[in-house]
Amino acid sequence: MELNQDKPIFQQIAETIEDGILTGSFKAEEQIPSITEFSVMYKINPATANKGINLLVEEEIIYKKRGVGMFVTAGAVSKLKEKRQTQFYDAYVSKLIREAKKLNISSTDIIAMIERSYDNE
Amino acid sequence: MSSLRIEGVSKSYGSTRALNDVNLTFEANKIYGLLGRNGAGKTTLLNIINNRVFADGGRVSFDDEDVRENERIQSKFYFVGEKMLFPDSMKVNKAIKWTAEFYSSFDKDYAFKLADLFELPLKKKINSLSTGYKSIFKNILALSVNTPFVFLDEPVLGLDANHRELFYKMLIQKYSDNPAAFIISTHLIEEVANIIEDVVIIKKGEIIKKESKEHLLSQGYSVSGVAAKVDAYIKGKSVIGIDTLGGLKSAYVMGKREADPDPELDFSALDLQKLFIELTNS
Repeated sequence: MELNQDKPIFQQIAETIEDGILTGSFKAEEQIPSITEFSVMYKINPATANKGINLLVEEEIIYKKRGVGMFVTAGAVSKLKEKRQTQFYDAYVSKLIREAKKLNISSTDIIAMIERSYDNE
Repeated sequence: MSSLRIEGVSKSYGSTRALNDVNLTFEANKIYGLLGRNGAGKTTLLNIINNRVFADGGRVSFDDEDVRENERIQSKFYFVGEKMLFPDSMKVNKAIKWTAEFYSSFDKDYAFKLADLFELPLKKKINSLSTGYKSIFKNILALSVNTPFVFLDEPVLGLDANHRELFYKMLIQKYSDNPAAFIISTHLIEEVANIIEDVVIIKKGEIIKKESKEHLLSQGYSVSGVAAKVDAYIKGKSVIGIDTLGGLKSAYVMGKREADPDPELDFSALDLQKLFIELTNS
């Protein structure tokens, strides 16, 4: 993952871990890398990594075992899917429509493209 | 927690004012970026803190004790500057052992481990090292010394991209394993932007910003789009800089975004380097 300036770094760290959980790289009840490991890997201040992880702890996607490390909660995947589904419109659909309007692409064309691509992926 | 306080410090060289009434506090266990253009006074400030130059006025204190000519306090600081205090003909491995004699907290094994990682030639004389390896050598000492305050003046001078990356990673690893205050003065702002927690910006000998990086960046934003629309939007706002490209314009604005702006305008966060450039342009 490459960090960018569009979003706060701690949020990007949280999203990277979320993606790891959604794609199965981090499985339920399995340990994830430590704050130090994330900080070193992405060359960020540990306080920033900690802030990102704490977001996930608050949402009960990650839990901390004192002195052992951090683990994925049992219900993490379904929680994340639910959360991402509610964000889907804002994150993707409204952006897509804005760009399409700029390019004069009609809604019929968009739907056709989506159907073609959905079946191929 | 220990802290380092700089109160009313000024310094002139002849008729040139290098520092003018500097007031600043460095707290323990934080990574600071000390940012300024060439000649802004960064090195002078670091030299004064580390007892290499005397201030004309003001006071630098560590936990309320004056740091000047105070060996007990100075042993809590480690300063990596341009000048090296080793005899020129000393070999690298000798210099590492020598430093270990002076600093009881120095971790010699760790220093040799880092030397191995960076492929620092241990048997070479210090003065025959390339610019990059001189920097690496000094950084290795700084990362191994385990003093509560470490000052790094242009630590990546002459380092190639691979070694810069390795240095930043080792710095974060060290900071995680054994927290200390790291004060980093550098020109490569983009590279340290995500590493530093607090920012100190110095301009012509005066401190113009000292706050957390997050807070600093949250105080403004950039807006771009068609020039006329950007112009309309920024009217009456506090604009610190503008870039124009043909009919497009980007403006850097301090303050809060409007609640319901023109949908054709693009908004993004400020980045530290851009903000620095706009704040320190003369």
